[in-house]
Amino acid sequence: MDPREITTQISEAADSLKLKKWDYGASFSNDYSVQVDKGEAKQLKASQKQILTLRVWNHFNLVGITTTSDISESGIKKALKQANIASDFGNKNESTEFSPLAKDPIKVMEIKKRCPVGIKKLLTLLREAEVKLIESHESIKSVPYNGLSESFFERVYANSDGAFRSYTKSQAALYLYARAEEKNKKPRSSGSVKLGYGVEDIDIESCIKDASNKTISHLNYSSIKTDKYLICFSPESFLTIINAFSSMFNARSILDGVSLSNKNSIGEKLSTEALNIYDDGLHEKNISSSPFDGEGTPTRRICLISKGRIENFIHSESTARIFKTIPTGHAGLGSKVSVSPDWIVVEKSEENSDLKTTLDHSTYEGEFVYIEELNAIHAGVRASQGSFSLPFDGWLCKNGKKISIESATVAGDIKYLFKNIVNIESSQEVTTSGISPHIWVDELSITGDA
Amino acid sequence: MLSSQIKSNEIVFGSCNKNLLEEIIFYGIGLGADFVEIFIENTDNSSVLAEEDFITSVSPSFGRGAGIRIFKEKKDGFVSTNDLTRNGLMRSVSQAIEMLDIIDNKKREVFNGLNKHRDYSLSKKKWINEVPSIHEISEKLLVSTKSLKKNNKIITRKGSYSRNLQEVIIASSDGTYVSDIRLHQTVGLNVIASDAQYRSSGSRRFGSSGMPNEFRLWDHEKAANDVFESSMNMLYADYVDAGQMPVVLANKFGGVIFHEACGHLLETTQIERGTTPFENKLNEKIAHESVTAIDEGISEGSFGSLSVDDEGMEPEKSVLIKDGILKKFISDRAGELRTGHKRTGSGRRQNYSFAAASRMRNTFIAKGDYSKEDLISSISDGLYCKSMGGGSVGATGQFNFAVEEGYLIKNGKLTNPVKGATLIGEAKEVMPKISMCGNDLELAPGFCGSISGSVNVTVGQPHIKVDSITVGGR
Repeated sequence: MDPREITTQISEAADSLKLKKWDYGASFSNDYSVQVDKGEAKQLKASQKQILTLRVWNHFNLVGITTTSDISESGIKKALKQANIASDFGNKNESTEFSPLAKDPIKVMEIKKRCPVGIKKLLTLLREAEVKLIESHESIKSVPYNGLSESFFERVYANSDGAFRSYTKSQAALYLYARAEEKNKKPRSSGSVKLGYGVEDIDIESCIKDASNKTISHLNYSSIKTDKYLICFSPESFLTIINAFSSMFNARSILDGVSLSNKNSIGEKLSTEALNIYDDGLHEKNISSSPFDGEGTPTRRICLISKGRIENFIHSESTARIFKTIPTGHAGLGSKVSVSPDWIVVEKSEENSDLKTTLDHSTYEGEFVYIEELNAIHAGVRASQGSFSLPFDGWLCKNGKKISIESATVAGDIKYLFKNIVNIESSQEVTTSGISPHIWVDELSITGDA
Repeated sequence: MLSSQIKSNEIVFGSCNKNLLEEIIFYGIGLGADFVEIFIENTDNSSVLAEEDFITSVSPSFGRGAGIRIFKEKKDGFVSTNDLTRNGLMRSVSQAIEMLDIIDNKKREVFNGLNKHRDYSLSKKKWINEVPSIHEISEKLLVSTKSLKKNNKIITRKGSYSRNLQEVIIASSDGTYVSDIRLHQTVGLNVIASDAQYRSSGSRRFGSSGMPNEFRLWDHEKAANDVFESSMNMLYADYVDAGQMPVVLANKFGGVIFHEACGHLLETTQIERGTTPFENKLNEKIAHESVTAIDEGISEGSFGSLSVDDEGMEPEKSVLIKDGILKKFISDRAGELRTGHKRTGSGRRQNYSFAAASRMRNTFIAKGDYSKEDLISSISDGLYCKSMGGGSVGATGQFNFAVEEGYLIKNGKLTNPVKGATLIGEAKEVMPKISMCGNDLELAPGFCGSISGSVNVTVGQPHIKVDSITVGGR
């Protein structure tokens, strides 16, 4: 359905219910995905989805909300009525308004339109990828977790004040997780994920190569002694940690008392002056970029840490008003508007003279633990307390040799981790969740069973 | 006139949809499908959040959609849609058929029409009028968060409630024609305590299925005391020292160890992938002889109970492990087709946009003969895990889960509280080390995320002793 038509329908239904102030966010998508098992199609999926989230303001300026997948005339009317009922219970302690930036111009990236390649093509490509991955090494016996998908969607925001914005986009994803087995050894598994705007943009060969290399690199493994180690975080694992503790930069979390930061934390020194961290949802490498947030605020780049100090928080409309600043484009539409980062970019600042630049993951010959990937974030991170204890995939490296580490965890405190950053390598790598160089941290606890 | 025409051409909840469903299934079989399954749902959900002394969020939501699954030999194609009209459903069948590339129109399965309607929803239609109103929920949540305000170290107080009402229609080419209504309610309390550099948190969640009055009976005072006490006990706790040690896991949510470490590996989806070490171990010893483990969907009111699974089969009680011997896998339709293990009424999905998969329901270790004190007194140096956080299991069977509230055991006695502990291991190595089971089995509700989305489950166990496990810490 045309989003303009939906907006008109909502406007007319709101008028008939005497609701003067409303806004909505909607998304419409068509998704296609395939999975294979030893050359055979395992599951083929297609879905058509629509979801509409409506907010209304009552006479007391309290907000009510409803979400529905029924965008028929009757469905929209029902949703408005329910939102109006819910507004009786609107938050009296913290008001919500339209974003003052909801009509500002947005930057929509110029991306060539991709068309669906279709299930059959997806299946052919994934079958070939599975075969190639299995054939890449004699120990790789299967690819138990695999999938190739493409998604085409449209997102819309509009409000009764005349704001209207929408964009359409496509995204494709390939993941391959191989399982390797060798006699008298435990099975080992690793994999790779690649994203693109369309299937034709995905570098399938590189995904196969990464999955194969990573899996094979874990074949020779050993347990590790429990101790404190010098750690090198891969770009992916460091971004995982930053995202897990992003409540430190999140104004909503600060107001809710679940952040390690407080209103006065701007300027607080967290780390070496060599560290800069940005949130940059519109970065050209961010396949999932969105030009506006759930409240219609344009997405923009914002500096979170500058030269080791907290520089900014990310905001929704209401948190920005409370902090006497402007929304940053990080809101998620909901009864209680959420705030979350888009795409983290970590870099070395110009003030980097205190770094131990001899620490380079490809040349350093001393002993260190290389953490490739952190797991079970939902179970092992206590963001409100600052602590983490996470299983990881990685290697113990020494004298230029590396051996995969069998079932171990890394534990610590995020502020301790920030303080103990001893090097930030120069070269950044693009991952599925952001961009970062390798980051070195001294004296983190590793638990193993050696 | 227009209205009645539309109705006859779309799924209408609460009405007889047999003709339309049969027409769609005939269409799929006629195009060469071996099997056609239609899952249709209509949801009416609502959630309420209280923070400190205010209601800060009330979120009603409605959804409706269909998931259509076509099997051809061992392959399946799944299409989901919000379009419940005749044309929309036919289009979905065509799309699934096209995906499977079915060209053999000669060999046709026979569809003899749908069986007599099994309507499990008859006594449940009144539930929507019996569940507490938003007003009633709000009042009780605010009283609950007020109860958490016990001293000035408590810096955040939250109470949350959610109610999911799901009406389903399931029809398939083996004649299955079923309707049901499911009601799930959960309520939880959370606090964060702080004093200078010290911080701790406490949380408890309660849940039920099919019991509209349950929230009214919830003892919020007891829950608040429990959460408060837990956060205070942990506020000044030291970090646990890492290492190998014996542990005692508390009952109720302590059962997450079995759920993560072993339960997932007994789902036929894991056999299909070749990722379970138990694939060829049926009737072999995989656990200590003190362990008997059960998965069932029939305990009245339990969060993982259901009248009928998402493939139209009544749930059975499955003894997975009997005295340490593996007896059964948890299976769904695809699991039976691909692995040969009989369905157990465990085909489950989060909603219409997921194909059903073999999933746990109420899963627990059966009670043994020991008291909690017997278990603790048998350990000279170890850890008591009173409250567990979430966990996960990796692709090669390693699991880990966080300990929310832990205490050191010294010379058979509970001593200091400790924080930051994570239990790490592998199922096949840990199961033989569960050497003692207590006599105090209790279940606890939770949400399990896996291949077919997030589903309601219970985990459970009596107090159990694991002789040795890796404890991650500082």
